[in-house]
Amino acid sequence: MRRPFGTGIRVADVFRDARLWSDFGTPPSDDHRRGGFDGGSEPQHGLPVPNAQFGLWLFLGTVTMLFAGFTSAYLVRQAGSDWQPLPYPPILWINTGVLVLSSVLLEVGRRRQRALRRWILGVTVLGVLFLFGQLLAWRALRAQGIYLPTNPHSSFFYILTGVHGAHVLGGVITLLSVLALVWRDALGERTARRLSLCAVYWHFVGGLWLYLLFVLFLL
Amino acid sequence: MAGKPSVHTHAEPTSFWRRYIFSTDHKVIGIQYYLTAMGMALVGGALAMLIRLQLGWPDEKWPLLAKIFPRGMSGGVMNPDFYLALITMHGTLMIFFFVSLGLVSGFGNYLLPLQIGARDMAFPFLNMLSYWTVVPACVIMLASFFVEGGAAASGWTAYPPLSAVEQAVPGSGLGQTLWILGMALFIASFTMGGLNFVTTILNERTRGMSMMRLPLFIWTLLIASILGLLAFPPLTAAAILLLFDRHGGTSFFLPSGLYFGERVLPHSGGSPLLWQHLFWFLGHPEVYVLILPALGIALDLLPPFTRKPIFGYRLTVYSLFAIGVLSMIVWGHHMFVSGMNPYVGEFFAIGTLAITIPSAIIGFNLIASLWGARLQLRTPALFALGSIAFFGTGGLGGVFLGNATSDIQLHDTYFVVGHFHFMIGGVTLLAILGGTYYWFPKMFGRMMNERLGKIHFWLTFIAFYAVFLTQHFLGFGGMPRRYYAFSKFEFLAPIRDMNAFISVAAFVLGAAQLLFLFNFFWSLFRGARAEQNPWRAATLEWVAPTPPPHGNWGETVPEVHRWPYDYSVPGAPEDFTPQTVPPTVVEVTR
Repeated sequence: MRRPFGTGIRVADVFRDARLWSDFGTPPSDDHRRGGFDGGSEPQHGLPVPNAQFGLWLFLGTVTMLFAGFTSAYLVRQAGSDWQPLPYPPILWINTGVLVLSSVLLEVGRRRQRALRRWILGVTVLGVLFLFGQLLAWRALRAQGIYLPTNPHSSFFYILTGVHGAHVLGGVITLLSVLALVWRDALGERTARRLSLCAVYWHFVGGLWLYLLFVLFLL
Repeated sequence: MAGKPSVHTHAEPTSFWRRYIFSTDHKVIGIQYYLTAMGMALVGGALAMLIRLQLGWPDEKWPLLAKIFPRGMSGGVMNPDFYLALITMHGTLMIFFFVSLGLVSGFGNYLLPLQIGARDMAFPFLNMLSYWTVVPACVIMLASFFVEGGAAASGWTAYPPLSAVEQAVPGSGLGQTLWILGMALFIASFTMGGLNFVTTILNERTRGMSMMRLPLFIWTLLIASILGLLAFPPLTAAAILLLFDRHGGTSFFLPSGLYFGERVLPHSGGSPLLWQHLFWFLGHPEVYVLILPALGIALDLLPPFTRKPIFGYRLTVYSLFAIGVLSMIVWGHHMFVSGMNPYVGEFFAIGTLAITIPSAIIGFNLIASLWGARLQLRTPALFALGSIAFFGTGGLGGVFLGNATSDIQLHDTYFVVGHFHFMIGGVTLLAILGGTYYWFPKMFGRMMNERLGKIHFWLTFIAFYAVFLTQHFLGFGGMPRRYYAFSKFEFLAPIRDMNAFISVAAFVLGAAQLLFLFNFFWSLFRGARAEQNPWRAATLEWVAPTPPPHGNWGETVPEVHRWPYDYSVPGAPEDFTPQTVPPTVVEVTR
């Protein structure tokens, strides 16, 4: 059964379909989504994934490569003799908790359906709180006299949190746009799709933050 | 977008602005990209002429040019740093703003939906956005010539410290900042385009259009777009770090002990080599982003003029995949002289020699496609044949450069300049020009002049060889690139004067393109009216009305029953069988 607010596709389905589209063959659904006609003897070829979702995956692929580039620069620079590890700003624990909680709330809300707008509002507020917390972490470091050019680790910390923050900000703006739709009770297919895409992105930036924490303070 | 065909069949906008300026129609956007790219090529070409003027006659004075470039050519003599800005901007404009935009975004946007039987791209709005992101990038790049210090001067590779220390040369100031900004916008635009291309190719094909029935140009676009999506982001990361080195006081790429004037710069511990690695991780795949679609056009231009199928379709597709994978692990061959561990160099050399195998397969498939052909030497066919010749010549040079042993001798000489101009300059140029002659009737409903086209081809072809084959020999003689004059070097005295010959040939090459420009605009208004399928070609775009209306196909989207290379099928009523002809009429060969 398809959940109206689910992603519309499960991993198991993808693997099952993978056999069918080994030559990118016939997708099981979305059959006549393009041609504007139903007849014809030839099969309709395509991925079993809607365009927007596939496009989002590709986009997340490019973001992954962006941070792969940062990571390789980080690893090379870390081997330099002037590398001094940064003290860990304790507020990052809270920020991480806030971001993880926001992802959990988003999923719970999507499953519950009831009072959806409150759930999304909650997620958005947590997203803003996270960004605010990151600013506090910057302040804490500055209070200790650690600035952007102080040493390579601090440079990477400010830049990576900044670039990640920009991606979170993009997520917050997307959440707000979905919230506006839900607020007007536009609970149709379109809202459901927007929300599921938004959720994929939001979990991605959450996972990305955990990865960055690992790179910045454990590697 | 699933279940919403209305998105793809939206009504044609009526206002001028939505129709021709802020259009979401892939054909309009394709032509916008194409014209933008051609405009940038004119600028890039003019820069090349200035470069050749300097190299051919370094001691002459050009009072007229002093009036146009009061700072760069003060007193009629070229400043060395103006020369550096010229080569930097020539490379940047040609690689990113001419070939990438013209081939991939221009022809790609125009042809992709037409060749796969779609009504538009998967994301029409994103498509428009990507074009209007690249426009400010072009403006910024061109504007950088007019800011204090002039345009960026650190090469199209933007190596630090030249690109990272603001005081290094005049162009390292605001010009370099604008260069980074322009590139950032270009990358953002190209990423949007890449997402759109990959999604469209995989998801918007019409009924019957399986992957193995795609024209090879579409395959090359797919691989090139994936490469672009994977390779550009790490350069973005590097560019962000470079910006902070320039303006934030960080030391990612700047080592300690750099002096400027009397002052030690505050940077320490950074590695200029880190930039080179990050840059070439993009840079090498980028050359395949350029050359694969060019080869795709060459492959697709041949069958209509040989009247036979392309040779080795499947093997070409597999080779494209192999090139795509291998291109990500060969970037180090640009850095053999950077002091890298010889074993690492060996790894990159082996990878580079490995990539010659699929490249050679494609080259041989092109040549084998000529076997037994009833060759019709129309203008597009000449350009396709020319690009095979360039690909062969450039490819042979590449074998020398991919091997660390010989590259260490040839690195940073004119051999390299000659080599890469044949590959990403020549093959791509001929593909863009040949593609223009071929698809012009589809785009504008008129034929280009055949006689002018042939003269244009032979002038371009011969002059190109005269310029860039000669440069290979200068490279053997040890002439280094990026120097603005060779008058002071005793060891170059025997070969120095060949530069004047090269310059004359380069001017012929440049003038020949004016002939093309004239032909283009003359044919636009005065050319003979084109039939719907003037080349009697089998690919899908010729099934659409000429020029194609909004939505491309009228009421119903065509259904595809065969691959795009059914020429001279025995028993068929004509010597070409369009992809839409059902199996009941002509037997399906594939």
